[in-house]
Amino acid sequence: MRSVIVEFPGSNCVAETQRFLDDPSMVWHTETELPDADLYVLPGGFSYGDYMRGGALAGLSPVIASLKQKAMQGKKILGICNGFQILCEIGLLPGTLRKNQNGLFVCETQTVYDEDNDYVLPIAHGEGNYYHPNPASVNIALQYKFTNPNGSINNIAGIYNDTKNVMGLMPHPERAFESFHITQDGFKLLDNFMEQ
Amino acid sequence: MLDPGELVEIETRLERKPTPTELHVFDAMWSEHCSYKSTKYWLKQLPNKNKNVVCGPGENAGVVDIGDNENIVFKIESHNHPSFIEPYQGAATGVGGIMRDIFTMGARPIANLNSLHFGSPDDTRVIHGVVKGIADYGNCIGVPTVSSKSYFGDCYMSNPLVNAMTVGYVKGDVFTSIPKSKGRVFYVGAKTGRDGIGGAIMASDSFDSDVDLRPTVQVGDPYYEKLLLEASLELFQTGAVVAAQDMGAAGILSSTTEVALKGGYGIEIDINKVPLRESHMEPWEILLSESQERMLFVLKDDFDYEQVSAIFKKWELDFTEIGALTDTGNFVVQDCNIALSALDAPELQRPYSYGAPDSFTKGTEPFDETWIYKQYDSDVMGNTVQKLWHDPAIIRIPNSNKSIAMTTVSNAEYCHKKPKEAIVDIISQAYNIMQSVGAKPLAITNCLNFGNPEQPHIMNQIVETIQGMKIICEELDLPVVSGNVSLYNETSGVNIAPTPVVGIVGLKQCVVL
Repeated sequence: MRSVIVEFPGSNCVAETQRFLDDPSMVWHTETELPDADLYVLPGGFSYGDYMRGGALAGLSPVIASLKQKAMQGKKILGICNGFQILCEIGLLPGTLRKNQNGLFVCETQTVYDEDNDYVLPIAHGEGNYYHPNPASVNIALQYKFTNPNGSINNIAGIYNDTKNVMGLMPHPERAFESFHITQDGFKLLDNFMEQ
Repeated sequence: MLDPGELVEIETRLERKPTPTELHVFDAMWSEHCSYKSTKYWLKQLPNKNKNVVCGPGENAGVVDIGDNENIVFKIESHNHPSFIEPYQGAATGVGGIMRDIFTMGARPIANLNSLHFGSPDDTRVIHGVVKGIADYGNCIGVPTVSSKSYFGDCYMSNPLVNAMTVGYVKGDVFTSIPKSKGRVFYVGAKTGRDGIGGAIMASDSFDSDVDLRPTVQVGDPYYEKLLLEASLELFQTGAVVAAQDMGAAGILSSTTEVALKGGYGIEIDINKVPLRESHMEPWEILLSESQERMLFVLKDDFDYEQVSAIFKKWELDFTEIGALTDTGNFVVQDCNIALSALDAPELQRPYSYGAPDSFTKGTEPFDETWIYKQYDSDVMGNTVQKLWHDPAIIRIPNSNKSIAMTTVSNAEYCHKKPKEAIVDIISQAYNIMQSVGAKPLAITNCLNFGNPEQPHIMNQIVETIQGMKIICEELDLPVVSGNVSLYNETSGVNIAPTPVVGIVGLKQCVVL
């Protein structure tokens, strides 16, 4: 699988995402043309410090126009944590991510589920409180199973676009694949997304 | 503040009266925080070498060899006074400062640890601010916080202790602050403002509760530090770097003079070239500003300008030539022209004798640390094997089968009763914690938090602690490779209990437990 990581200043989950994807190409946010690939990943982190709102400034980067084109062509795009925030910010995914309900950053292990599977994955975010005014219209990818860590509507942990080629999620699959990680469910999640 | 005796000493050394800028220079450089004048004599006696030690005290951090041309770089540092005045920024910049010490040596920070002493669990102003400050900084820059220990005692009510430790890793050689040749001096990172002016002096003084000291606390920007971290690590790869020094206490002043002094050179700085974010700053303010996220690099005279400026353009950072190393041995800036050798603070041998310690009552209220732990991103970088709830933390070395165990240990209650026996116990315990997970203890770093050293009974606590440390470290072949001294932890006449905090790292030849 040919994959690309789109890196912004302040992306900070790059090294582990590189290991997770096995030799992806790296593209800096100032590029205007993304190379051809099977998967484009926006990694976690604090792009531009996220002082204004998660993903707000990254959404204005030169690379975004090319990313939108790839989405239109039906290419797979995965936004993890800050990447999810950026995808909402640029309109590739509906809705928005607000500050966690209790105002605190939360780092813990969560069980999330889709129609077929449970995944035990780490989460770590301050703005993971997903909101959409009409949640029934949202194509839900993942939901928190036991406890809602951030106040997100309908316990949403991740969503798809209408054509299911773009996915955003708060949990970190790139922190759940090595032997010493809490689980190896990250691979299962990635495989299922690629088969959609 | 300089005392009358020190003023006489300065005039003797210069053979004239100092200029106003020079007075500020001496005031900062001879502060306890910059000079370690009360403890230098004692600290020299600690063991700091063995076959694994690459760099010991005197560098930005300690360095130990873990084989295969790989090094671990680590240090603990206090940010106590700032964290009381402004808990959020004080703690945040403490974390920022200690991480800069690590990547200044060319190593990537791989883990943050902290040891916190508070008055009581009810002191939410301080606790909430400190925890959020530590969390926000580490989370944003993307370095996992993997160990955090909280303790309570009445003496910390108006003098909390915030000690932050960072462990870094580098494949290949480390870079030091010792220039082996002359070179051009560059200023890199955030612009200079008025924040933190006099911070080193503030940190070296006791508190008077009425004075507003908030302007002496620095303001942190973890995003900027992330840019500085990545740019610095790329710059080290180019081969252009002769020496590097982070701008910590006493900012441009201490970083420039330290680099020149260590190399046996002089240094000339054009203060007008320093990038400023405020207008009308006096030269001494520019020299002493402790604005965060700044670094000093000495680059080879003939370095590849295109290549280096491309790095800083990519990371959108200021990169400005502000001076050069010279052969004169003098520190020259504006109306200040002094021999660097004159700046070396006189070593004090303060009187010490046993006296009843200030009263101390350990806090025994229940406290749920989960609330703290969940605010730290402890998994970022993807190398965390064990953390927080489990002691010690264990971090896998990327792309290898090795891992590093790490923790901090303190025990103020015991130190308050018997400082010498207590430190022996603390270090033995740290050693045992490493062994409990099959890690070979490599070296320690220490943060010596004490009261006012001008009082003989406090100085006695310091002396006994260092003596005990010497005995146990020699016995265990555990060198002390870095550290920090925080004195004058005294508010309204009450000293804290002696609170040495020990940080330790150990090597495991596997990743699993």
